[in-house]
Amino acid sequence: MVEKKKWLPRWFYQLASPRWCYQICGKLLPGFAVAALILLLGGIVWALLFAPADYQQGNSFRIIYLHVPSAILAQSCYMMMAVAGAIGLIWKMKVADMVAKSCAPIGATMAVLALLTGAIWGKPTWGSWWVWDARLTSMLILLFLYLGVMALNSAIESESTAAQASAVLSLVGLVNIPIIKYSVDWWNTLHQPATFTLTERPAMPAEMWVPLLMMVVGFYCFFAVSLMLRLRNEILRRERRAGWVRDLLLSK
Amino acid sequence: MNPKRKKRLYIVLFIVFGVAVAVGLTLFALNQNINLFYSPTQIAEGEAPTDTRIRAGGMVVDGSVKRAEDSLEVMFEITDYEKTVSVHYSGILPDLFREGQGIVAQGELDGQGVFQAVEVLAKHDENYMPAEVAEALEKAGKMPMPSGQEFNK
Repeated sequence: MVEKKKWLPRWFYQLASPRWCYQICGKLLPGFAVAALILLLGGIVWALLFAPADYQQGNSFRIIYLHVPSAILAQSCYMMMAVAGAIGLIWKMKVADMVAKSCAPIGATMAVLALLTGAIWGKPTWGSWWVWDARLTSMLILLFLYLGVMALNSAIESESTAAQASAVLSLVGLVNIPIIKYSVDWWNTLHQPATFTLTERPAMPAEMWVPLLMMVVGFYCFFAVSLMLRLRNEILRRERRAGWVRDLLLSK
Repeated sequence: MNPKRKKRLYIVLFIVFGVAVAVGLTLFALNQNINLFYSPTQIAEGEAPTDTRIRAGGMVVDGSVKRAEDSLEVMFEITDYEKTVSVHYSGILPDLFREGQGIVAQGELDGQGVFQAVEVLAKHDENYMPAEVAEALEKAGKMPMPSGQEFNK
């Protein structure tokens, strides 16, 4: 067989093998765990104790330090789940299926957190817990998509069929992501436009947005940690008949 | 990429783009129904139905808020800097309600073109500011003024 040209570093191809993926994740875990701990602790202390209160909302604005990161992460996590699902569908890669399956519960938790904190903030600020505006409704649909993917995964006995079905569902639901993102621009909504954009400076002073940025990065690190923990668990469960798993478990 | 994978890749792309087009067309057709509220211009041009429950949104006009002395009744005007609509409401207003603030009111248009609100929600923009900064800006007369589309934030 002719040796094909490799475009990417060797470790990237190794990720496709459950055994190597398990080991690479194990090596990455401590770093991300430490980063998540430092960023989240530092961010939350700065945000709750030292960041100045807003001139209109007072202290209730501080809930954005949970609301914005969890909402961003809920959407990123969905995109990752859909991409992993597509890779699993096209290349029949087991690890990709496992990544997609591990993403769903984390994303669902983040969507719940975003909806809850939003409702708690909405009551004093808007005067209502819930409004059926485009942003809030599309976010609720995102939560239902996550729940649907989780339900499909556990309802179908065969692992490969379950992975295929949930990958198709997550690909169908992918259309919801731009709708969430642009709902505040396309339609009249009660929800305000994005707090963070990549192109513009945030409309708040640095002592307010730096802790928010720390929280966002911290949430991503936390996501990486919990994803890798879930993924390693899933690899062990599915590869339980493989020799290397038996050796690993017996050696401990 | 071998032909089998290529075929599956096309199926995946077909799903994603097919759904995107279908949903896009649906949302385009439902465009007006997805808007949470009508702007004062839409109401003035008769786009908003009368005698049925709708929402109206805009900025509260400076100096237009008139409160009754012996009840919770309040009259104010909302604007999108093109047209203005009078709103009548009886009840407790949210904390953020103030002149120059964006609001969304739910209620009905009566025969005189006055919006009879049963619920008033305050809108908040994406600008956050510490109290000291706001005070300093106010003193210097540099408080950012809302632009034309601000009512929609």
